[in-house]
Amino acid sequence: MNWSHVGPSVVASFLASLVEFVEALTIVLAVGSVRGWRPALIGTLAGVVFLAVLVLAFGPALQLIPLNVLQLVVGVLLLLFGARWLRKAILRAGGVLGLHDEEAIYARETVALQQEAAQPPERLDWVAVATTFKAVTLEGLEVVFIVIATGALGHNLLPAALGAAAAGIVVISLGLALHRPLARVPENTLKYAVGILLSSFGVFWIGEGLKFTWPGEDLSLLGLAGIFLIASLAAVALIRRATALGAKPLPASRQGETP
Amino acid sequence: MKALLTALQEVYGLFVEDGSLAIGILLWILLAALLFPRLPESAAPWRAPLFFIGILLLLLENVWRSARQKK
Repeated sequence: MNWSHVGPSVVASFLASLVEFVEALTIVLAVGSVRGWRPALIGTLAGVVFLAVLVLAFGPALQLIPLNVLQLVVGVLLLLFGARWLRKAILRAGGVLGLHDEEAIYARETVALQQEAAQPPERLDWVAVATTFKAVTLEGLEVVFIVIATGALGHNLLPAALGAAAAGIVVISLGLALHRPLARVPENTLKYAVGILLSSFGVFWIGEGLKFTWPGEDLSLLGLAGIFLIASLAAVALIRRATALGAKPLPASRQGETP
Repeated sequence: MKALLTALQEVYGLFVEDGSLAIGILLWILLAALLFPRLPESAAPWRAPLFFIGILLLLLENVWRSARQKK
């Protein structure tokens, strides 16, 4: 296995999946501590099984799609996904949007779940099951997509999946040890880095799908990421300057947009 | 039916947050797919970099506009 070939896929998959696992863990912990661990774990398990069925059903179909079409479709999805993260990361770093705060999300979920009517102990708490099922399914879908996007096209599906699995093991182990959200994970910085990586992969694969020639071939990925980084840092500086000159920035507690 | 709609909205939300950015990116890809192959062969090495610059400008314009609107 050539590390220079699989390395970018493994790192991108690990970092991006780390963020998703942290977000899912926050919800599972909130549900488990307020409504009980049985329904929280049933919802989590159901989410994992649902994702496994999806992967087993649709995974092999990827090999039937012509390479150029696959490059284009995955590239477009990857670019939309990455640009969404990068855009939000720039706005957060520029002080326009509030930072993503796992402790605040944990507190909000906890209060919301406490306000729901308590279930008699002998009945299954379906609110808790549905909450963890939804969190695990959605964040897990993002992980599946990240693995496909970073691994499928360069025949690096296995290394990318191992990167995601490593992220899952790290987050779940820390969650089991701490029993609280992983607030110290620099999630906003990670999302910034991953937004750059995924956007770069997306642009690259779209170019490949359209049969454009990249200068330096695969190495151009580094150039794309570098230019995304420099341009986004310049944008952050400009926004901060404009914010300082104009109206006051929004408070950090602003939660107007989805995480 | 409602659950399916909610699920579809959640999946849509994975890829699209600001509709104008998503539409801009898709239109630029379409434009690049249709027009770039018609450029003279001497311009072939510039197709990929030009495509990237277009995406970068779309993102930066969207970020700047969003920052101004949210201030």
